[in-house]
Amino acid sequence: MSISVRDIRKNFGRFTALDGVSLEIPDGQLVALLGPSGSGKTTLLRIIAGLEFPDCGTVQFDGNDITDQTARERRVGFVFQHYALFRHMTVFENIAFGLRVRPRRFRPSSEQVRAKVNELLRLIQLQNQAQRYPSQLSGGQRQRVALARALAVEPSVLLLDEPFGSLDAKVRMELRRWLRQLHDEVHITSVFVTHDQDEALEVSDRVAVMNEGRIEQVGRPDEVYDHPVSPFVYNFLGNVNLFHGRVDNDRAYIHESATGNLVFVRPHLLDIDRQPGSPNSFRARTRHINSAGALVKIEAVTDWGAPVHIEMSQQRLRELQLVKDEVIFVIPKEVAVFRNNRPS
Amino acid sequence: MEPAFVRWLLIAVAVIFLGSFLLLPLGVVFGTAFEKGLRFYFASLREPDALAAIKLTLLAAGIAVPMNLVFGVAAAWVIGKFDFVGKSMLITLIDLPFSVSPVVSGLIYVLLFGLQGFLGPWLIAHNIRIIFAVPGIVLATIFVTFPFVARELLPMVQAQGNDEEEAALTLGSSGWQTFFRVTLPNVKWALVYGVILCNARAMGEFGAVSVVSGHIRGLTNTMPLHIEILYNDYQFVAAFAVASLLALLALLTLVVKSIVEWQAKQQLAEQATASEETRQ
Repeated sequence: MSISVRDIRKNFGRFTALDGVSLEIPDGQLVALLGPSGSGKTTLLRIIAGLEFPDCGTVQFDGNDITDQTARERRVGFVFQHYALFRHMTVFENIAFGLRVRPRRFRPSSEQVRAKVNELLRLIQLQNQAQRYPSQLSGGQRQRVALARALAVEPSVLLLDEPFGSLDAKVRMELRRWLRQLHDEVHITSVFVTHDQDEALEVSDRVAVMNEGRIEQVGRPDEVYDHPVSPFVYNFLGNVNLFHGRVDNDRAYIHESATGNLVFVRPHLLDIDRQPGSPNSFRARTRHINSAGALVKIEAVTDWGAPVHIEMSQQRLRELQLVKDEVIFVIPKEVAVFRNNRPS
Repeated sequence: MEPAFVRWLLIAVAVIFLGSFLLLPLGVVFGTAFEKGLRFYFASLREPDALAAIKLTLLAAGIAVPMNLVFGVAAAWVIGKFDFVGKSMLITLIDLPFSVSPVVSGLIYVLLFGLQGFLGPWLIAHNIRIIFAVPGIVLATIFVTFPFVARELLPMVQAQGNDEEEAALTLGSSGWQTFFRVTLPNVKWALVYGVILCNARAMGEFGAVSVVSGHIRGLTNTMPLHIEILYNDYQFVAAFAVASLLALLALLTLVVKSIVEWQAKQQLAEQATASEETRQ
């Protein structure tokens, strides 16, 4: 089912959570709402779910206006950040809940319920935990139960609010791959909220980057990563160096004074030379070299005191034979320049 | 660690205090009640006025407790789950019976429904008796006991937030289904405890009921009022026999309370050890 959100505004008292948001989500896609806390992403998700209602604007499912429908009528699957499992029910009863509360005419028989729940328990690999209570499960297991519970009612869309937010790094990684696999099997239109750019870029078909109640950019993960439309998006997606500079003949020259041009360079798009050979290079001094891991991370400081982060391969480090506290010349290989918050 | 003598001193103080102010009076109640033997004890309870008082007390509690149960659950839900104007005012109002003397509560009803009261003439014209009759006693009992259930539930409801209710809603559950399947089971122990306290107070209430009752033997006397009358008539043994019933009720309340608390603790401990196991 496709989702279409148009011109949504939402205030909480004096705080503007959403300031005219429009978003199209095609059928079957997995879309990430990415942004810092307070950017309005959770509010947007809750409005799509019908748990919150917009001050103005419309929400459509498959072209039908459902703005005034309640969460109950919309048939969405919602996964809460803190799981919101029913604590007095077993895992089995939690998953069966949505089937058991159906109006009598549509309520499946207890055999059908059991078959459905067992199928979902297999899907989330918790067949042996059916009679346990939520408090007896680990965080990752609880989140999978929450997902199975949402899927049990065969929702038209699946909405996930920071689904992996309260899990530790390793479980997080496993679960997001698992979610991607699940989506590829089930193909249900899904929207998930996250503040973690890696998560958004790895899992989703499309990313909507949000800031201060607005959507800054929507696109495929590689699009938004490689061609950010605003300094905010550039800053928010991945590590980045921020400099001032000027542009001459399509070449960016980085220097100290501010001219209104902001120059962004990803750490892996900076090279190092020992001689001031290149016309657009600038001088810096290495401060720290971290060579643990696949990439070497170098921290340096420019002559005017700005920090520079550089990433390079282990091989390149060996060629350069860099050590701490020596003078280097930094050459930007590819930069993005913004003038007055617009790309130039 | 405090020196041994300090510990023993403090324990002794606590035991002596409890003994002289709680156990001793309790012993006196039962001792005096059985002073003239079992036969006299049961005769005092089977006496028509005593039976009428017991029935009336059961009736008043039987009406007041369910009504306060419904009110308390509704109030706790509204206050715990929603934000609205006048919320703190409502909380203050719920606490009102705690802060007002029961005698004053009774007087309010006399002033409202009594002969010279605000609604008195209208009630007489329609031949409705509230003061010096059973309805007044029930009303007074409801008034003095209505904070108990709400007060016990409120912290629980507030602590649990809205997440589970919202989850139920997205799963297609109706308001009532959500209430009975999600909200209520989560607060059941607090609810049981609130009902026990409410019931104990409803049966034991003296001041407010005394003002509105009129002390008509066999008609408008509750157990506490009946005990007072017997006592004033120098029928000490009979008075203490009826009093022993109320004391028994108090003991029963304590037992049920302990069971409820033990149950709740047991549940928590089970879940804690179980989650310990899953981690290993």
